[in-house]
Amino acid sequence: MTETLLLVLVVVTALAFDFTNGFHDTGNAMATSIATRALKPKTAVLLSAVLNMVGAFLSLSVAATIAKGLVDANVITLEVVFAGLVGGIVWNLVTWLLGLPSSSSHALVGGVVGSVLAAVGTSGVIWSGLVAKVLVPALIAPVVAICVAATGTWLVARLTRGLPQDLTSRGFRWGQVGSASLVSLAHGTNDAQKSMGIILLALIAGGAVPADSSVPFWVILACAFFMALGTYLGGWRIIRTLGKGLVEIDTRQGMSAETSSAAVIMLSSYFGFSLSTTHVATGSIMGSGVGMPGANVRWGLAGRMVAAWGLTLPAAGIVGALCFWMQHGVGGFAGSLLVVALLLFVSLGMWFASRRKPVDHTNVNEAWDEDKAVGLEPVAATTGVAGPAHVAPVESDGHASPVSAVIGVGATHGTRSNA
Amino acid sequence: MTEFIEWGSLAQVVVAGVVVGAGIPTLFALGLRLLVGHDAGAPVSADAAGGGVRVATRTRPGTARLVGAGVCFAVCVGAVVAGIGFLVSGGH
Repeated sequence: MTETLLLVLVVVTALAFDFTNGFHDTGNAMATSIATRALKPKTAVLLSAVLNMVGAFLSLSVAATIAKGLVDANVITLEVVFAGLVGGIVWNLVTWLLGLPSSSSHALVGGVVGSVLAAVGTSGVIWSGLVAKVLVPALIAPVVAICVAATGTWLVARLTRGLPQDLTSRGFRWGQVGSASLVSLAHGTNDAQKSMGIILLALIAGGAVPADSSVPFWVILACAFFMALGTYLGGWRIIRTLGKGLVEIDTRQGMSAETSSAAVIMLSSYFGFSLSTTHVATGSIMGSGVGMPGANVRWGLAGRMVAAWGLTLPAAGIVGALCFWMQHGVGGFAGSLLVVALLLFVSLGMWFASRRKPVDHTNVNEAWDEDKAVGLEPVAATTGVAGPAHVAPVESDGHASPVSAVIGVGATHGTRSNA
Repeated sequence: MTEFIEWGSLAQVVVAGVVVGAGIPTLFALGLRLLVGHDAGAPVSADAAGGGVRVATRTRPGTARLVGAGVCFAVCVGAVVAGIGFLVSGGH
């Protein structure tokens, strides 16, 4: 009985992770299209959501693996997976609150490594695999992407010099939306499969399906749906950082960046050197600033981002380890429930913190101010630091109040879609 | 570091990445340039670098230019189709 309940819990948590993965990574594909106004914000996230959903169904060669080659497969139990998932979710939410793009898959790996460490100690982790498959690629991905996108942007800028601007921006809008769509599709195919793999593994471990089973249809459907839902709600904070924070971009840069992302992501998996979608996409956007004559990349922000990437593994690992200990200390299903309760509490807390300074489809494109960007951090937010008009006090009950609609100065309240 | 990086794969990713990732937008730009059809001649000629203030003369592009632009855009579309094919084939 306990085993069944735990299995249900793991499946639900995996879907929750799938959801955070969706909204965390919307910006990878759509931030540039939103920033250049090639697409309306809502249209962009809808398109991305649909493509993620389609992508999840595209290829169904799902392997029941989690953190393969990174941890000892024999020590993976439902408890370990559960604690790891919670670690991944918490880190995804923290970085979302800070508006920092970071790799969802690294967060998951970090969480699982942490819970494995807590469960069996250092012997359960394959350290060389961790360095070779996670740490080194995280350093290389942005460098490769910057090179590719900078080359592309520079060539494009040179070729389109002297052409009428309305014509180039109209033409490149198409190119940009097309290449961004490909990134969304690739994301749906890659990342929804990770959640499917976890759930399949849990089902096998729990004895619900035979060991050689393929993925049940409801798992595919559920993973595709929750990822699409997360994508549609849109991680507006991260979209804003990627689209407006790193560099001011036009449609030419947008197309170069997205094509670079799509090409590097797919080619890297083709050549067996998988790179994180987030790291590649971020690097590509930086590269489009490097290659564009006269554009400025905000390297300070880029540095904070890279720091967050470095922290992803240990931070998610610590949460994963704590969850495992808590779960194990209390024991049994009660322990798992306690972790769920804490997860809900932390998630709600972060959601409320985000309401202090909401970012959503209405203000995602506002001019970037490096000082205000710092104000997005919860320290400042919880002290109620005054911001521009759109952070006017908000009745965050999630309903559009007619009064605030009248008095609101470009206010952003009343929408639930600020995820 | 060598045991942690597969230099061969990395080199392939970088080279192929630059060829495809930078090449496709470049072709797209070239296609646009051919379509606009102004008299700058070769796309990367020094004349083209003359600056953005000049009002472009939108003469109708000749057949050769149209065909050239068509080829450029076709390659771009082909690359997208190849990408989708790659995803469907499960090569990710």
